[in-house]
Amino acid sequence: MTKYSALLFISGLVFLLMVITGLLPMGHTPMLVGNAILEGAKDQVGAANVVTSVVLGYRGLDTLGELSILFAAASVVGLVLTKSSFNKHASNNDDKHDHHDSGFVAVNAIDLIFPLLLVVGMYIITHGHLTPGGGFQGGVVLAVAFSMLVIVRPRRVSINHGMVSIIESFAGVSFIVIGVVALFKGQSFLQPLLGHGEFASLWSAGTLPLLYLAVGLKVGAELAGLLLALNTDEVAS
Amino acid sequence: MNSFFTIEGILYFGAISLSIIGLFGLLVSKNLFRMLLSLVLFEAGANLVLVLSGFIRNGIAPIFLDGNSGAVMNDPVPQALVLTAIVIGVGVQALALSLIFRVKKHYGSMDMRTIRSKLEREIATQAGVTPPGSNEAPAPVKLVKGEAHE
Repeated sequence: MTKYSALLFISGLVFLLMVITGLLPMGHTPMLVGNAILEGAKDQVGAANVVTSVVLGYRGLDTLGELSILFAAASVVGLVLTKSSFNKHASNNDDKHDHHDSGFVAVNAIDLIFPLLLVVGMYIITHGHLTPGGGFQGGVVLAVAFSMLVIVRPRRVSINHGMVSIIESFAGVSFIVIGVVALFKGQSFLQPLLGHGEFASLWSAGTLPLLYLAVGLKVGAELAGLLLALNTDEVAS
Repeated sequence: MNSFFTIEGILYFGAISLSIIGLFGLLVSKNLFRMLLSLVLFEAGANLVLVLSGFIRNGIAPIFLDGNSGAVMNDPVPQALVLTAIVIGVGVQALALSLIFRVKKHYGSMDMRTIRSKLEREIATQAGVTPPGSNEAPAPVKLVKGEAHE
């Protein structure tokens, strides 16, 4: 019965969405804000990648809010899962789940590609204002690199949680400090500083690369902590 | 509708279909983990629709390079919005997954019906009343007697 009513609802929704989509100006979007940004971004922000100018320049405060949402989610996951790892099953899981390393192929492959993953992650973060990518994407690559290292050798490798939280707090604080420095110079919060530099070179677009570096470190540390919290809970249950 | 079989029409069709599949799975499935996966699909479809809303025919990626000074660019605003939405989506999924872990550990099941009947019985026991009957556990009297086999 639930399935049939769900099917009825879905088919009605499909009809509605098809009609709305048919009315859309597909492929000829009226870009009101977009055109203004595309015209002004080169002179106002100076980043070759316009998406980066939107994320960190025009909507920098939104990015700060997004980082705080991610921080809240990561801390709640830590809270929810740490409580459960102190329960009564925690003592006798050693015989049930004797964690050996993964196989030869996985261990050696991760050892081989771990430095390459670090390089790719840092490249994506530092070139966020020039090429597609940026702090969020590069941070995910870094987090995957570190958590793969732990997943492959569950017993022998462990990541220092204190170090992870130090990196995370440092990145978050430096993001806010860069924003506050702009306030002291008499400009708006998070306004890009330090001049534009040579267009489309690595040292350009003012403080945007620094902001993206902070975002990348924060996202990387948070997601690594998240993945490891999920992983350790599975071991402890 | 004459413009449906263009590239944008096909892309819109794919994005909307993806979110519809996710919504259908969310409505129909009873397993908590499958509901989470359906939510992921739904989110992916919604993000694709949002990115497509800034699509311009023959437009290029909004990055200034040497050779593309006069070219038409796609709208950068929806792309920045979706970048935000994807990251928040990851946070929400991880949070939901950790809550599913806790539910699985406490009730020993990820089936919505089992969890609901156990939850109702728990609440009724704490309140000191007889648990209400349902499709899974029809008779309240029998349910109180049969607690031993749990």
